[in-house]
Amino acid sequence: MNSAMTNTESAGLMMSGVTLLHDDGGSKVRALDDVSLTVSPGEFVAVVGPSGAGKSSLLAVAGGLIRPDAGQVRIGDIDLVTASRRDLANIRRTQIGFVFQSANLLPALTALDQLRLPLTLGHVAEPRDPMQMLEEVGMADRADRRPHQLSGGERQRVGIARALMTRPRLLLVDEPTAALDSSRSQEVVGLLAREAHKHGVATVMVTHDRDVLHHCDRVLQMTDGKLIPVDTI
Amino acid sequence: MMGSVVALIAVLMVLLSGLSVGLVNDGVSGLKKLEVSSFAFKSGVDKSAAFTRSIVDTEAADVWAGADGVAESAPFGLTLVNTRTDRGVDVDLALFGVEADSWLVPRAAIGRDLAGPDQVLLAGTLEDAGVAVGDVIEVDQLGRELEVVGFLDGQHTFGHVDVGYVDLRTWQEIRAGIRPGEEAPDHVHREVTAIAVLNEDGGEPDFAAVDEAAGTTSMTLEESFGASPGYTAELTTVQMIQWFLYAISALVVGAFFTVVTIQRRQEIAVMRAMGASTGYLLRDSLIQSVILLLVATAAGMGIGLLLGVSLSASEMPFALDVSAVTVASVFLVLLGLIGAAFGVVRVTRVDPLTALGASR
Repeated sequence: MNSAMTNTESAGLMMSGVTLLHDDGGSKVRALDDVSLTVSPGEFVAVVGPSGAGKSSLLAVAGGLIRPDAGQVRIGDIDLVTASRRDLANIRRTQIGFVFQSANLLPALTALDQLRLPLTLGHVAEPRDPMQMLEEVGMADRADRRPHQLSGGERQRVGIARALMTRPRLLLVDEPTAALDSSRSQEVVGLLAREAHKHGVATVMVTHDRDVLHHCDRVLQMTDGKLIPVDTI
Repeated sequence: MMGSVVALIAVLMVLLSGLSVGLVNDGVSGLKKLEVSSFAFKSGVDKSAAFTRSIVDTEAADVWAGADGVAESAPFGLTLVNTRTDRGVDVDLALFGVEADSWLVPRAAIGRDLAGPDQVLLAGTLEDAGVAVGDVIEVDQLGRELEVVGFLDGQHTFGHVDVGYVDLRTWQEIRAGIRPGEEAPDHVHREVTAIAVLNEDGGEPDFAAVDEAAGTTSMTLEESFGASPGYTAELTTVQMIQWFLYAISALVVGAFFTVVTIQRRQEIAVMRAMGASTGYLLRDSLIQSVILLLVATAAGMGIGLLLGVSLSASEMPFALDVSAVTVASVFLVLLGLIGAAFGVVRVTRVDPLTALGASR
């Protein structure tokens, strides 16, 4: 088993022996090949690798967006592999926060409404206060701005705050610096690291950007669907 | 953009609805203003042309008068004539022949009530056409002269022709083509178009039995509208256009929301990735379409009503009717919603995986 597990504490995320096959012109390609990964609450893990290595597939499986062909995926004691589609939607809504490329904010909503959105999707046991979250990410003075009125870095800050609104146990971050210059990239990933540690959220970030890796607790390399700790490369 | 299209359709709906009501009024407003429950025509008459083809004996009125549930019955004559006033105004008339002492005779709004032979009480709209109380109108071909004694209030028309009330004997002689000074054969004064029947309050005559006894075929007042010339054809045409507009509206709204849903794919994918249920997304999209349809329809109806008010004052057969406009609005919104439902159902097919940078 290819293992990248380095932490045995009570897991935020636990993936074990995960294999994901993709169709590729009639043949099967291993997008994830026997991947195991444990991320503890409050731990900030980066996954780097070339395009097509399987980084987004890793996020998709960890986020319950796609079911693996083999292996186990758990968030705490919640089993994502056997959960129904409806349960998976509930798990994503209450247990997982997503930070997307370019933030993927809804164009019609103000920054404050972006943060209210996750709370309108269904019952949330202990929601965070949207204004307080905006203050936490330094965006309180932009609360009434819509996405087109914000810079790329500001949009990502709002996206990070939105992902934390439901007090998720797992934060999945997809290429957060893809559209940012280097100084904004440092700010955004620094913010992510602080929030992950402060709120005790197990965080997995996939990125091409090696300049931001010093903010992370651990760095893993994804190559051809396999996950390898960077210090063993 | 979409709102403007729905609003324009709503404007058209108001105009068509007004045209539809206007045509109805122009075709049968004279009949609608009669205090009549039903007409008894000649037995077996062609119902689409009953007013022009039916001839019944005045004695049938006595049979109807004695029937259970009937409060009043009286002979009623209807024929179309061309006339000209002594001041040279050409006037086409739908002559309603009624007994001067019957309940069918309306009160004059201007001038005197109808009181006897060789008088005519005209629809109020003819006053605007240049006819005045005291004018004498002459029936073409016959030379029969009628004195204009008064005008009725508002529109009284039959088959797009203004109504004139005359005494029954006068009507019978005009219909039979009797010229002044000629002796009318006996049968002329026994023949009328139909028997007008007024039911007692809550009364329900046994129409089949009374028809058989009187040798007549009954039609309710509303059924008799279809016997007005061109009424059914005109109404069917306008209603068909309305239904096509409803269908076009549903299709346009459906196409619009299909495009909107496709444009919102990424947004919807993000919401699904965040855990939005299918029910939530459908509800969200449908609420948006309801709001758009309601606002656009209200705006269109408002513009349509403003246009309608000016059209009502024109020569066009156009009349605004609150219930008809309301029904048109409700149908527009409902059918638009059905179209929107077909468009927004696509949200269920959006893959949340597409919210990630690439679905690898």
